[in-house]
Formats: sequence, C-alpha cells, structure tokens
Amino acid sequence: MTFGRGLRALSIASAVLITGAFALVFFYAPNDADQGFVQKIFYVHVPMAIVALCGFVAGGIYGIRHLRSGDRADDLRSYVAIHISLVLAVGVLITGSLWARAAWGQWWVWDEPTLVSFLIVFLLYACYQPLRFSIEDPARQARYASVFAIVAGAFVPLNFMAVRMAESLVHPRVLGTTGGAMPGDMRITFLLALAGMACLFVTLWKYELASKSATIQLRSLKRRLAGDDALAPLQRSSAPQRL
Amino acid sequence: MKEAVSALIRKDLRLELRSFESVPAMLMFSLSAFVLFRFGLDRSSLAGDLAAGVLWVTLLLAAVLGMNRLFVAEREQGGFDGFLMAPVDRTALFVSKAVVLFCFLLAVELVAVPAFVVLLLGPGAGQLLPELLAVLLLADVGIAVVGTLVAALGVQTRARDLIIPLMALPLLVPVVIASAQATAPLLAARGAEAFPERWLAVLALYDAVFGLLAYAVFDFLLED
Repeated sequence: MTFGRGLRALSIASAVLITGAFALVFFYAPNDADQGFVQKIFYVHVPMAIVALCGFVAGGIYGIRHLRSGDRADDLRSYVAIHISLVLAVGVLITGSLWARAAWGQWWVWDEPTLVSFLIVFLLYACYQPLRFSIEDPARQARYASVFAIVAGAFVPLNFMAVRMAESLVHPRVLGTTGGAMPGDMRITFLLALAGMACLFVTLWKYELASKSATIQLRSLKRRLAGDDALAPLQRSSAPQRL
Repeated sequence: MKEAVSALIRKDLRLELRSFESVPAMLMFSLSAFVLFRFGLDRSSLAGDLAAGVLWVTLLLAAVLGMNRLFVAEREQGGFDGFLMAPVDRTALFVSKAVVLFCFLLAVELVAVPAFVVLLLGPGAGQLLPELLAVLLLADVGIAVVGTLVAALGVQTRARDLIIPLMALPLLVPVVIASAQATAPLLAARGAEAFPERWLAVLALYDAVFGLLAYAVFDFLLED
C-alpha cells in the first residue's frame, strides 16, 4: 500500500496555509465589534469543529466502503479518520468552552444548540475505541466498527437538527457570524483557516495511515524472514493490525 | 420472511413468558427510579417538563436493561449459529428482535406510566391520552430499532454490559429531546397546553432514518 504518496507536498501546503491563516487572523482580520480580540478563537474553533464533523462522516463513508468491498485498508482509513476527529473534537470542546467563558461569562452554555449537539456526538464517538478494543477477532472488529461508523455518521446531522429544534429561538445567535452576515475580510480569513485545518487533517490522516501500514508490512516481512517464532504475539488493540 | 419473523417472535415471547427475565426487571427498575426521583428531587408531585423528563429518562434507562438482555440467549445458547444455518433472510432476526423489544417496552409502559401518574404526577395534570399514546408509540419504535442494532453490536464484545448503554444513550438523545418536549405540555399542571405536533414528525423521521439504516447494516453483524 502506498499511503505515503504526496505527503511532502501536503505537509508543505498545510504548513503554508495554517501560517497564512494565522497571519491573517492576527494582522488582517478586524477585531469583532462586540467581543474584541477574544473573538479570534473563532478562527481555530469553528474550522476545527467543521473538520472534525466531516472526519466523522468520512469515517462512516469508509465504513460503507469496507462493508461493500471487505478491504481492510478501508477499515484502517475509517479508523484513522475517526481517531483524528476525536482528537480534534477534544480541542473543539476546550476552545469552545474557553470562548464561551470569555464571550458569555460561563464555561458551558446549555442553550447553545451547536455546543450541546457537539457534546452528544463526542460522547457517541468516545465509544468507538472501546467497542473496537473489546472485539478480538480482527475481521469481526473491522466489520462491527464499520457498522458503528455508518450509524454514527448518519446520526451526526440528525442530532444537530433535533437539538437545534429544541431551542427556543429567543437566544441571540452569536455564532450567526458564521453565516452570510460575516464581513468580507473576516470571511476570507475564516475560509483560509478552514482550508488550512482541512489540509492539516488530511496530512495527519495520511501520516497515520502510512505509519500504521508500514508497521503492519514490517511485521509481515519479519515473519516471512524469520518465521512466526521470531515475533512477539500481537497485543489486543483497538487499531487494525492486519491489512 | 414473514413466517421466519413470526416464528422468532413467538420463540422470544414464549421464552420471556417462561423465564420472566426482562420485563419484570425493567418494570421494577422503573418503579425504583420513580421512588429515587421522588427523594432525589424532593418533590412529592411533578408537572410539566420536569414530569416529562423524569418519565422519559426512566423509560429510557429501563429500555437499556432490556437491550442488554436482548441477544444474550442467542449468544450463550448458540442461537446465532442455529439462525445462520436456517435458510431464511437475516433481516428476519432484526425485525423480530425489534418487535420483541417494542413489545417489552409496551408491556413495561402499560404498568409504569399509570404508576407514574399515580405516584408522581400532580393533580390536574395529564389529560390528552391519545396524544401521549402517539408519543409513546413513536418513541418506542425508535428505541426498539436503535436498541436492537446497538444490542447486536454490543453482544459480541467482551464488555457487553458496558458497551451497550454507552452506545445507546447518546444515540437516543434525540428521542428523549423529542418525546420530553412533546410530553411536557401534556403533563402541565393547569391542564394540557397546546400539543406541539412537530415533535411527532421529528420522532417519525428518526424512526424512519434509523429503521432504514439498521435494515441496511444489520446483515453485516451476523456474518461469520
């Protein structure tokens, strides 16, 4: 498997994009009229959230592909996508909490539907690793994890809709700035930050895929050279260990 | 398909009637939870959204008990192997188990909801029985579908009793939101308020989406 192809170009692109986005955030985008400097966390928080949610959905799509083809590589792709999205999701919850504290004076606000839906999605995906870890048979682990990824991926939009509907619409929508109301220079900065974050996600995803598949290939080469006895038995793991 | 489903349903219902494994436990759990809420909240009567919340959280947690036991006989007594050897569509198992869980939930609610009304609901609250019935039925379909899927996912793992609730509860948050929002005006203290029909639509949409999804992916949980 050649997961590592194009990694160098991707790494450079994400470094450039993220540096550029941060430069714009600090030197070009204006301070928000209401919130001042604090609002700049928006350029990290929102792209991270969007990329994490897309990563979850991508995990579900690779889950479908794994179930259709039975290709272990698709399970590995799905696993890594969900894994990195989970890490991003922790970041989203922390930055969101900081922003809420600075902007609204509280660490957590229950009547902001986006926050609440994200927490629920995070709690659901937090079961993904334990589910994989507690299934020993590798083929079954891959299949069950794919089923979970598909169901959870479909759950993401449905959950956002239900939570949003539960809101009484009197709450001021601070996040409404993400919509069309954003001034042009803020929007350019935001779009660049989003592109940078997406690029970073793909880069990390490919790095992890390359590393995981290299480990797996190394193991099979060792086995071919020295026989089964030379290898320590596989530890139980939530990550796919065979291709 | 139809015969296989009805045979499986009859098998499960007979098993339950002979062993009384799930429904009494779910029921006892619900009643204990009502007592716990009475003292935990320190209120002798509830109304409105608080009553709806207590009712739905209790029913949901009771349903999780049922999910935990749903496939245990299949796994421990070799029922999965027997089913896979039979020349029937694998979806039959999903449909029958979802129907069985739905029946269990109905049986629990038949006692637990009146008990809730007697024990916790304030005087004057709780009219509009047809609307409440509609919410209960739609929510039960959703819980049964998602519960069956999650139970089938979790039953083959080592930590079955832990994995199933951990997966089921976040997945069922939309059901709780919709049912609690729809039930709250029905349980209001000064008689029922206007019933928000849109929540029934949300529940129906949830049922449809997860029904189709479970129908599509369930076969893969049985392959061996």
